Amino acid sequence: MTLLDVAGLRTEFATPTRAVAAVDGLSFQLRPGEILGLVGESGSGKTVACRSLLRLLPSRRARIAAGTVMFENRDLMRLSEAEMRVVRGRDIAMIFQNPASHLDPVFTVGDLIAEPLIWHFGESRRAARKRAVELLRQVGIPDPAGQIERYPHQFSGGMKQRVMIAAALACEPKILLADEPTTALDVTVQAQILRLLLDLRDRTGLAIVLVTHDIGVVAETCDSVVVLYSGRVMECGGTQDVLTRPRHPYTRGLLDSLPTTAARGAELPSISGYPPPLDRLPQGCRFHPRCRFAIDRCRREPIELETVDDGHASACVRWREVMEVGP
Amino acid sequence: MNDLLVDVRDLSVRYTLSRSFADLLRRKPGRELAAVDGAHLAIRKGEAVGLVGESGSGKSSLGRALLRLTPATGEVRFDGTDVLRQDRRSLLAYRKRAQMVFQDPLASLNPRFKVGEALAEVLRVHRLTRREEIPGRVAALLDTVGLDTEFADRRPRGLSGGQCQRVGIARALAVEPEFIIADEPVSALDLSIQAQILNLFLRLQREMQLTMLFISHDLGVVHHLCQRVAVMYLGRIVEEGPADEIFYHPKHPYTQSLVEAMPRVEFPKGRRELPRLEGEPPSPADKPPGCAFHPRCPHVMDACRQDPPPSIRRVGAAATACHLYPETEKA
Ligand SMILES: Nc1ncnc2c1ncn2[C@@H]1O[C@H](COP(=O)(O)OP(=O)(O)O)[C@@H](O)[C@H]1O
Ligand SMILES: Nc1ncnc2c1ncn2[C@@H]1O[C@H](COP(=O)(O)OP(=O)(O)O)[C@@H](O)[C@H]1O
Ligand code: SF4
Ligand SMILES: [Mg+2]
Ligand SMILES: [Mg+2]
Repeated sequence: MTLLDVAGLRTEFATPTRAVAAVDGLSFQLRPGEILGLVGESGSGKTVACRSLLRLLPSRRARIAAGTVMFENRDLMRLSEAEMRVVRGRDIAMIFQNPASHLDPVFTVGDLIAEPLIWHFGESRRAARKRAVELLRQVGIPDPAGQIERYPHQFSGGMKQRVMIAAALACEPKILLADEPTTALDVTVQAQILRLLLDLRDRTGLAIVLVTHDIGVVAETCDSVVVLYSGRVMECGGTQDVLTRPRHPYTRGLLDSLPTTAARGAELPSISGYPPPLDRLPQGCRFHPRCRFAIDRCRREPIELETVDDGHASACVRWREVMEVGP
Repeated sequence: MNDLLVDVRDLSVRYTLSRSFADLLRRKPGRELAAVDGAHLAIRKGEAVGLVGESGSGKSSLGRALLRLTPATGEVRFDGTDVLRQDRRSLLAYRKRAQMVFQDPLASLNPRFKVGEALAEVLRVHRLTRREEIPGRVAALLDTVGLDTEFADRRPRGLSGGQCQRVGIARALAVEPEFIIADEPVSALDLSIQAQILNLFLRLQREMQLTMLFISHDLGVVHHLCQRVAVMYLGRIVEEGPADEIFYHPKHPYTQSLVEAMPRVEFPKGRRELPRLEGEPPSPADKPPGCAFHPRCPHVMDACRQDPPPSIRRVGAAATACHLYPETEKA
């Protein structure tokens, strides 16, 4: 059963001369209880993709140019703004890298959590507050009843992220979009938050789109993964398939760049060069200028995703050879 | 040991917290915070030592103190001379031998200078190169850090994160230092770019025998690059030893939880549980009594709550400061 079906999503930014696509042809399916990793380096379009799903675009110059996002038999891209407001928060919630800038500092954490309950479900203030305490307990905040009168800034980084998760979960959404929720946290606190997300999934069947630039985080938590580069999907599939048998040179290059996979002190077989700026995207495969497998065809024509195995696809013409050569 | 280049003894860095208005009215004295608290650290010539710990543990304060960029007490012996007690002239000479690389090189580069001008300026200030040789030397520096000569004419703002960090490293190398303190130099970079910069640091170590203190919150990075690793928690070095020892056989419970918490690309999954270390480090201004780690420690004992752990001592190939290891082993 598919909960969310994204097909051919394309989001453009208007520039003085033309429109450039920050996300181009994103497709994936999410099942209930699935954790899907959206991974890529900065600027690859992870945040724009997430925001596009909820039609919360970062600027007025941005627009969704193509694609469908099917959720419960409706295309979210065609809902009215009023209908979309109901979907946001109640059906699909989003959390961010930096909770501080998304938790309104004038509200107590109790209000932050209770407000959407009152708004979406018309719950009484008292009932909503009781539920807020329960939610804070669920996300592992000690002494929750004593905390609801405090303000977000009085919490540590990890606790703020827990508060944001509690607020996102208030209306029992079916999907959580988590945009780099642990990037700003220390590694021991990151582990706590990842464990919390896994526990929530196991207990409630919550489906999660986990945006991250950290392949280790994907390996630890995700069932499936979509690898983005310059707005295009390079590779997607089951996490273990993609990370142990990468079929795209970019995925392979990322894995080779990990200091923990190389011998200590050995040169890392990294990817040369830098990702291109959005307004100077290369023709053909967007990765070709950095790709050691590139051939003429890669420079000429866009490369489409091709199924390489059950549920595993790669947008590389030379996917068969990716693992056959040394670093 | 005469191959010791840097010998840090009992180093402390204290900051005075600004007083609240209420404190001012009550004439309460400003509170002190010990960002670094009695640290010992030895770095041999040509060695790369990694300094890891969570944010706020005092890594940057320690790094800056080694260059006297922040007031500190204790001793920092560099090639036998105590840097903390040097006069201005010898301090200037010291700063030709020891240099710092920062996480955000853009912040330390003057935006109006072109990259080439910034490097030439360093060469001029330190009177290292004859005027007519400066352009050649700038080109050579750029080449060393893997930048094309055309970068001499670029301004810092137009550079990507990785290119900027290369310029930061070139600037530190301009004075031909023996010792480099790199403070989270790859933390803001994407994985593929991080790998390029790590390769650059490895090459510098190999080809120039640079001595290095490499500060990072990423144990994986530090393990890859460094021969020895020191682990900091709330201002104290709680464990120190050979990189493999710290990575594969950590002794201190905090190091153990750092190692466990590292997300890994290892399969099959699910057999390895994410660690259960609870809580977050408190502020160094409210350090718990006894062992500062005790509120989070899975092995906490009565002694940990009451007494500070004994000072750092040898346990096997490493050294640690923890009540779990009371007996001093014979070396
Ligand atoms: N408000 C905006 N205006 C113009 N371009 C933007 C804006 N937000 C993002 N972009 C561009 O869209 C691309 C994708 O950005 P983003 O989704 O934030 O990447 P990621 O989250 O993967 O780091 C980048 O090239 C970025 O420069
Ligand atoms: N200039 C300063 N004044 C007051 N406190 C400071 C100053 N610099 C750092 N601190 C405090 O000292 C502690 C250690 O900081 P720092 O050395 O930057 O740690 P790290 O680099 O490990 O993150 C932190 O609690 C920080 O808030
Ligand atoms: S001294 Fe005690 S509390 Fe501190 S880390 Fe060791 S065992 Fe834990
Ligand atoms: Mg982002
Ligand atoms: Mg720091």
